[in-house]
Amino acid sequence: MNEPRLQPAVGSDDHVLGPADAPVTLVEYGDFQCPYCGQAYPIVKAVQQRLGDDLRFVFRHFPLTEMHPFAQHAAEAAEAAGAQGHFWAMHDALYEHQSRLDDPALVRYAAALGLDADRVARALEEGTYAQRVQDDFLSGVRSGVNGTPTFFVNGARFDGDWTDEATFLRALRAAALARRS
Amino acid sequence: MSDPTTQVPVGDVLAPGTPAPDFTLPSAPERALALRELRGRPVILAFYPADWSPVCGDEVALFNQVLPEFRRYGAELLGLSVDGVWCHAAFARQRNLHFPLLADFEPKGAVARRYGAYRAQDGTSERALFVLDGDGVIRWSYLSPIDVNPGADGILRALESLPDRGRTA
Repeated sequence: MNEPRLQPAVGSDDHVLGPADAPVTLVEYGDFQCPYCGQAYPIVKAVQQRLGDDLRFVFRHFPLTEMHPFAQHAAEAAEAAGAQGHFWAMHDALYEHQSRLDDPALVRYAAALGLDADRVARALEEGTYAQRVQDDFLSGVRSGVNGTPTFFVNGARFDGDWTDEATFLRALRAAALARRS
Repeated sequence: MSDPTTQVPVGDVLAPGTPAPDFTLPSAPERALALRELRGRPVILAFYPADWSPVCGDEVALFNQVLPEFRRYGAELLGLSVDGVWCHAAFARQRNLHFPLLADFEPKGAVARRYGAYRAQDGTSERALFVLDGDGVIRWSYLSPIDVNPGADGILRALESLPDRGRTA
Protein backbone atom coordinates (compact mmCIF):
# COMPACT_ATOMS: atom_id res chain seq x y z
CA MET A 1 0.00 0.00 0.00
CA ASN A 2 1.17 3.55 -0.66
CA GLU A 3 2.62 5.49 2.23
CA PRO A 4 -0.21 7.53 3.72
CA ARG A 5 0.13 11.13 2.52
CA LEU A 6 -1.65 14.30 3.46
CA GLN A 7 -4.44 15.31 1.11
CA PRO A 8 -5.29 17.95 0.30
CA ALA A 9 -1.99 19.73 0.92
CA VAL A 10 -1.94 22.66 3.32
CA GLY A 11 -3.92 25.50 1.77
CA SER A 12 -5.49 28.87 2.40
CA ASP A 13 -8.41 27.34 4.37
CA ASP A 14 -6.07 25.88 6.96
CA HIS A 15 -5.24 27.21 10.39
CA VAL A 16 -1.53 27.87 10.19
CA LEU A 17 1.13 29.07 12.63
CA GLY A 18 4.60 29.81 11.28
CA PRO A 19 6.12 30.90 7.98
CA ALA A 20 4.88 29.42 4.69
CA ASP A 21 8.47 28.71 3.61
CA ALA A 22 9.44 26.87 6.81
CA PRO A 23 11.43 23.70 6.01
CA VAL A 24 9.10 21.62 8.20
CA THR A 25 5.32 21.59 8.04
CA LEU A 26 3.73 19.68 10.90
CA VAL A 27 0.01 18.95 10.51
CA GLU A 28 -1.98 17.61 13.44
CA TYR A 29 -5.36 15.95 13.08
CA GLY A 30 -6.76 16.36 16.55
CA ASP A 31 -9.82 16.05 18.76
CA PHE A 32 -10.23 18.55 21.59
CA GLN A 33 -11.72 15.95 23.93
CA CYS A 34 -9.09 13.28 23.23
CA PRO A 35 -6.72 12.75 26.16
CA TYR A 36 -3.81 11.82 23.86
CA CYS A 37 -4.27 15.10 22.00
CA GLY A 38 -4.23 16.80 25.37
CA GLN A 39 -0.95 15.01 26.06
CA ALA A 40 0.43 16.17 22.69
CA TYR A 41 -0.57 19.81 23.23
CA PRO A 42 2.38 20.89 25.42
CA ILE A 43 4.78 18.77 23.35
CA VAL A 44 3.72 20.54 20.16
CA LYS A 45 4.08 23.89 21.93
CA ALA A 46 7.59 22.91 23.00
CA VAL A 47 8.76 21.84 19.55
CA GLN A 48 7.24 25.01 18.07
CA GLN A 49 9.33 27.02 20.50
CA ARG A 50 12.50 25.02 19.83
CA LEU A 51 12.22 25.13 16.04
CA GLY A 52 10.98 28.71 15.73
CA ASP A 53 10.70 29.82 12.11
CA ASP A 54 11.84 26.40 10.91
CA LEU A 55 8.37 25.04 11.72
CA ARG A 56 4.95 25.67 10.27
CA PHE A 57 2.19 24.09 12.38
CA VAL A 58 -1.28 23.31 11.02
CA PHE A 59 -4.29 22.01 12.94
CA ARG A 60 -7.15 20.06 11.34
CA HIS A 61 -10.18 18.63 13.12
CA PHE A 62 -10.71 14.92 13.61
CA PRO A 63 -13.42 14.59 16.27
CA LEU A 64 -14.18 11.00 17.27
CA THR A 65 -17.71 11.87 18.27
CA GLU A 66 -18.81 8.31 19.06
CA MET A 67 -16.29 8.28 21.90
CA HIS A 68 -16.12 11.98 22.68
CA PRO A 69 -19.57 13.57 22.82
CA PHE A 70 -18.22 17.13 23.25
CA ALA A 71 -15.57 16.96 20.53
CA GLN A 72 -17.75 18.10 17.64
CA HIS A 73 -18.99 21.30 19.27
CA ALA A 74 -15.55 22.01 20.67
CA ALA A 75 -14.19 21.89 17.12
CA GLU A 76 -17.03 24.11 15.89
CA ALA A 77 -16.33 26.57 18.71
CA ALA A 78 -12.70 26.78 17.59
CA GLU A 79 -13.92 27.53 14.06
CA ALA A 80 -16.35 30.14 15.40
CA ALA A 81 -13.45 31.77 17.26
CA GLY A 82 -11.42 31.52 14.06
CA ALA A 83 -14.12 33.45 12.22
CA GLN A 84 -13.43 36.23 14.71
CA GLY A 85 -9.68 35.92 14.09
CA HIS A 86 -8.83 33.90 17.22
CA PHE A 87 -8.68 30.24 16.27
CA TRP A 88 -5.42 29.58 18.10
CA ALA A 89 -6.46 31.26 21.32
CA MET A 90 -9.54 29.02 21.42
CA HIS A 91 -7.51 25.96 20.39
CA ASP A 92 -5.26 26.57 23.41
CA ALA A 93 -8.15 27.30 25.76
CA LEU A 94 -9.88 24.04 24.80
CA TYR A 95 -6.79 21.92 25.37
CA GLU A 96 -6.21 23.67 28.68
CA HIS A 97 -9.79 22.93 29.81
CA GLN A 98 -10.38 19.48 28.37
CA SER A 99 -12.42 18.35 31.35
CA ARG A 100 -15.16 20.97 30.70
CA LEU A 101 -16.23 21.17 27.07
CA ASP A 102 -20.02 21.39 27.25
CA ASP A 103 -21.70 24.20 25.30
CA PRO A 104 -22.00 26.69 28.18
CA ALA A 105 -18.30 26.17 28.93
CA LEU A 106 -17.37 26.74 25.28
CA VAL A 107 -19.29 30.01 25.26
CA ARG A 108 -17.64 31.05 28.53
CA TYR A 109 -14.18 30.45 27.06
CA ALA A 110 -15.11 32.61 24.07
CA ALA A 111 -16.21 35.39 26.41
CA ALA A 112 -13.05 35.07 28.49
CA LEU A 113 -11.00 35.51 25.30
CA GLY A 114 -12.86 38.76 24.61
CA LEU A 115 -14.79 37.33 21.65
CA ASP A 116 -18.39 37.94 20.72
CA ALA A 117 -19.69 35.00 22.78
CA ASP A 118 -23.27 35.32 21.51
CA ARG A 119 -22.05 34.79 17.97
CA VAL A 120 -20.17 31.68 19.07
CA ALA A 121 -23.27 30.37 20.88
CA ARG A 122 -25.41 30.98 17.80
CA ALA A 123 -22.89 29.24 15.54
CA LEU A 124 -22.99 26.19 17.81
CA GLU A 125 -26.78 26.17 17.82
CA GLU A 126 -27.05 26.54 14.06
CA GLY A 127 -24.18 24.21 13.22
CA THR A 128 -22.57 26.98 11.14
CA TYR A 129 -19.18 25.25 11.10
CA ALA A 130 -20.33 21.62 11.23
CA GLN A 131 -19.55 21.03 7.55
CA ARG A 132 -16.14 22.64 7.85
CA VAL A 133 -15.28 20.25 10.69
CA GLN A 134 -16.65 17.30 8.71
CA ASP A 135 -14.55 18.31 5.68
CA ASP A 136 -11.44 18.23 7.86
CA PHE A 137 -12.47 14.83 9.20
CA LEU A 138 -12.96 13.36 5.72
CA SER A 139 -9.65 14.77 4.50
CA GLY A 140 -8.07 13.04 7.47
CA VAL A 141 -9.68 9.71 6.60
CA ARG A 142 -8.39 10.05 3.02
CA SER A 143 -4.95 10.95 4.28
CA GLY A 144 -4.70 7.81 6.40
CA VAL A 145 -5.35 9.30 9.83
CA ASN A 146 -5.38 6.31 12.16
CA GLY A 147 -6.31 7.73 15.53
CA THR A 148 -5.93 10.98 17.39
CA PRO A 149 -3.65 12.72 17.27
CA THR A 150 -2.17 11.81 13.89
CA PHE A 151 0.71 13.94 12.68
CA PHE A 152 1.97 14.51 9.15
CA VAL A 153 5.51 15.78 8.66
CA ASN A 154 6.07 17.42 5.27
CA GLY A 155 3.06 15.52 3.96
CA ALA A 156 3.99 12.02 5.16
CA ARG A 157 2.14 10.34 8.04
CA PHE A 158 4.37 10.26 11.08
CA ASP A 159 4.21 6.78 12.66
CA GLY A 160 7.07 7.44 15.07
CA ASP A 161 6.98 8.45 18.70
CA TRP A 162 5.71 11.95 19.44
CA THR A 163 5.21 11.32 23.17
CA ASP A 164 8.86 12.04 23.92
CA GLU A 165 9.74 15.64 23.08
CA ALA A 166 13.42 14.94 22.31
CA THR A 167 12.59 12.09 19.95
CA PHE A 168 9.90 14.11 18.20
CA LEU A 169 12.24 17.08 17.86
CA ARG A 170 14.94 14.88 16.33
CA ALA A 171 12.49 13.56 13.74
CA LEU A 172 11.36 17.09 12.85
CA ARG A 173 14.95 18.32 12.55
CA ALA A 174 15.77 15.38 10.30
CA ALA A 175 12.83 16.34 8.08
CA ALA A 176 14.14 19.92 7.91
CA LEU A 177 17.59 18.67 6.90
CA ALA A 178 16.15 16.38 4.24
CA ARG A 179 14.19 19.29 2.82
CA ARG A 180 17.26 21.52 2.63
CA SER A 181 19.61 19.00 1.08
CA MET B 1 5.52 3.00 20.84
CA SER B 2 8.05 0.84 19.03
CA ASP B 3 9.58 1.53 15.65
CA PRO B 4 7.11 0.15 13.08
CA THR B 5 9.95 -0.79 10.72
CA THR B 6 11.06 -3.48 13.18
CA GLN B 7 7.62 -5.09 13.15
CA VAL B 8 7.39 -6.31 9.58
CA PRO B 9 4.45 -8.71 9.29
CA VAL B 10 5.17 -12.30 8.41
CA GLY B 11 3.07 -14.71 6.41
CA ASP B 12 0.70 -14.09 3.55
CA VAL B 13 -2.88 -13.02 3.79
CA LEU B 14 -5.26 -14.19 1.07
CA ALA B 15 -4.65 -12.22 -2.11
CA PRO B 16 -7.06 -10.28 -4.33
CA GLY B 17 -8.92 -12.53 -6.74
CA THR B 18 -9.36 -15.29 -4.14
CA PRO B 19 -12.95 -16.27 -3.28
CA ALA B 20 -13.40 -15.34 0.39
CA PRO B 21 -13.74 -18.52 2.50
CA ASP B 22 -17.25 -18.66 3.95
CA PHE B 23 -17.72 -18.84 7.70
CA THR B 24 -20.38 -18.66 10.37
CA LEU B 25 -19.41 -17.02 13.64
CA PRO B 26 -21.24 -15.80 16.74
CA SER B 27 -22.04 -12.08 16.46
CA ALA B 28 -23.71 -11.85 19.87
CA PRO B 29 -24.76 -14.24 22.61
CA GLU B 30 -27.08 -16.75 20.88
CA ARG B 31 -26.77 -15.11 17.48
CA ALA B 32 -24.59 -16.00 14.52
CA LEU B 33 -23.71 -14.40 11.21
CA ALA B 34 -22.72 -16.24 8.03
CA LEU B 35 -20.57 -14.41 5.50
CA ARG B 36 -22.74 -15.69 2.62
CA GLU B 37 -25.74 -13.81 4.04
CA LEU B 38 -24.05 -10.61 2.92
CA ARG B 39 -23.73 -11.58 -0.76
CA GLY B 40 -24.67 -8.78 -3.11
CA ARG B 41 -22.95 -6.16 -1.01
CA PRO B 42 -19.30 -5.29 -0.52
CA VAL B 43 -17.98 -6.55 2.82
CA ILE B 44 -15.05 -5.26 4.83
CA LEU B 45 -13.39 -7.81 7.12
CA ALA B 46 -11.23 -6.20 9.80
CA PHE B 47 -9.18 -8.75 11.75
CA TYR B 48 -7.57 -7.26 14.84
CA PRO B 49 -5.57 -8.82 17.67
CA ALA B 50 -7.76 -8.18 20.70
CA ASP B 51 -10.57 -6.18 22.25
CA TRP B 52 -9.45 -3.48 24.67
CA SER B 53 -5.83 -3.16 23.61
CA PRO B 54 -5.02 0.51 22.89
CA VAL B 55 -4.17 0.34 19.18
CA CYS B 56 -7.17 -1.87 18.36
CA GLY B 57 -9.26 0.55 20.35
CA ASP B 58 -8.14 3.30 18.05
CA GLU B 59 -8.74 1.14 14.99
CA VAL B 60 -12.30 0.12 15.87
CA ALA B 61 -13.09 3.65 17.04
CA LEU B 62 -11.84 5.02 13.75
CA PHE B 63 -13.74 2.49 11.63
CA ASN B 64 -16.84 3.11 13.73
CA GLN B 65 -16.56 6.83 13.00
CA VAL B 66 -15.95 6.24 9.27
CA LEU B 67 -18.88 3.78 9.04
CA PRO B 68 -21.20 6.27 7.27
CA GLU B 69 -18.59 6.59 4.51
CA PHE B 70 -18.34 2.81 4.13
CA ARG B 71 -22.14 2.59 3.98
CA ARG B 72 -22.23 5.10 1.13
CA TYR B 73 -20.77 2.23 -0.92
CA GLY B 74 -23.38 -0.13 0.51
CA ALA B 75 -20.60 -1.94 2.35
CA GLU B 76 -20.92 -3.95 5.56
CA LEU B 77 -18.12 -3.85 8.11
CA LEU B 78 -17.32 -6.89 10.28
CA GLY B 79 -14.72 -6.89 13.04
CA LEU B 80 -13.09 -10.22 13.93
CA SER B 81 -10.89 -11.28 16.81
CA VAL B 82 -10.40 -14.38 18.97
CA ASP B 83 -12.27 -12.76 21.88
CA GLY B 84 -15.52 -14.37 23.03
CA VAL B 85 -19.03 -12.97 22.56
CA TRP B 86 -19.37 -11.52 26.06
CA CYS B 87 -16.07 -9.75 25.77
CA HIS B 88 -17.12 -8.37 22.37
CA ALA B 89 -20.48 -7.29 23.80
CA ALA B 90 -18.86 -5.33 26.62
CA PHE B 91 -16.28 -3.80 24.27
CA ALA B 92 -18.90 -2.80 21.70
CA ARG B 93 -21.07 -1.23 24.39
CA GLN B 94 -18.23 0.70 25.95
CA ARG B 95 -17.04 2.04 22.58
CA ASN B 96 -20.53 2.63 21.22
CA LEU B 97 -19.82 0.51 18.15
CA HIS B 98 -22.37 0.30 15.34
CA PHE B 99 -21.01 -2.74 13.51
CA PRO B 100 -20.81 -6.43 14.50
CA LEU B 101 -17.80 -7.96 16.20
CA LEU B 102 -17.49 -11.66 15.40
CA ALA B 103 -16.03 -14.14 17.88
CA ASP B 104 -13.40 -16.29 16.18
CA PHE B 105 -13.18 -18.06 19.51
CA GLU B 106 -13.83 -21.79 19.10
CA PRO B 107 -11.94 -23.40 17.49
CA LYS B 108 -9.72 -20.47 18.29
CA GLY B 109 -8.70 -18.37 15.31
CA ALA B 110 -10.03 -20.90 12.79
CA VAL B 111 -11.35 -18.20 10.45
CA ALA B 112 -8.24 -16.05 10.80
CA ARG B 113 -6.11 -19.10 9.86
CA ARG B 114 -8.12 -19.63 6.67
CA TYR B 115 -7.49 -16.02 5.66
CA GLY B 116 -3.76 -16.25 6.44
CA ALA B 117 -4.32 -13.78 9.24
CA TYR B 118 -3.48 -15.82 12.35
CA ARG B 119 -0.54 -14.93 14.53
CA ALA B 120 0.48 -18.25 16.08
CA GLN B 121 3.20 -16.85 18.32
CA ASP B 122 0.64 -14.67 20.14
CA GLY B 123 -2.49 -16.76 19.72
CA THR B 124 -4.38 -13.83 18.17
CA SER B 125 -5.32 -12.71 14.69
CA GLU B 126 -3.10 -10.33 12.80
CA ARG B 127 -4.14 -6.78 12.04
CA ALA B 128 -5.43 -7.53 8.55
CA LEU B 129 -8.04 -6.01 6.25
CA PHE B 130 -10.01 -7.52 3.39
CA VAL B 131 -12.48 -5.89 1.03
CA LEU B 132 -14.86 -8.34 -0.69
CA ASP B 133 -17.04 -7.54 -3.67
CA GLY B 134 -20.72 -8.46 -3.88
CA ASP B 135 -19.81 -11.88 -5.27
CA GLY B 136 -17.75 -12.71 -2.22
CA VAL B 137 -14.39 -12.38 -3.98
CA ILE B 138 -11.50 -10.66 -2.21
CA ARG B 139 -10.67 -7.47 -4.12
CA TRP B 140 -8.13 -5.96 -1.71
CA SER B 141 -6.20 -7.23 1.26
CA TYR B 142 -3.69 -5.67 3.57
CA LEU B 143 -1.59 -6.95 6.44
CA SER B 144 -0.60 -4.14 8.77
CA PRO B 145 2.34 -4.12 11.18
CA ILE B 146 0.79 -5.36 14.43
CA ASP B 147 1.39 -2.07 16.25
CA VAL B 148 0.24 0.27 13.49
CA ASN B 149 -3.42 1.07 13.06
CA PRO B 150 -3.85 0.86 9.27
CA GLY B 151 -6.33 3.73 8.90
CA ALA B 152 -9.34 3.66 6.58
CA ASP B 153 -7.94 5.21 3.40
CA GLY B 154 -6.99 1.86 1.84
CA ILE B 155 -10.49 0.49 2.45
CA LEU B 156 -12.13 3.53 0.85
CA ARG B 157 -9.87 3.33 -2.20
CA ALA B 158 -10.71 -0.36 -2.55
CA LEU B 159 -14.46 0.30 -2.27
CA GLU B 160 -14.19 3.05 -4.87
CA SER B 161 -12.55 0.74 -7.37
CA LEU B 162 -15.20 -2.00 -7.07
CA PRO B 163 -17.34 -2.46 -10.17
CA ASP B 164 -20.92 -1.30 -9.63
CA ARG B 165 -22.34 -4.80 -9.87
CA GLY B 166 -20.80 -5.32 -6.46
CA ARG B 167 -23.58 -3.26 -4.96
CA THR B 168 -26.68 -4.26 -6.89
CA ALA B 169 -28.54 -5.95 -4.04
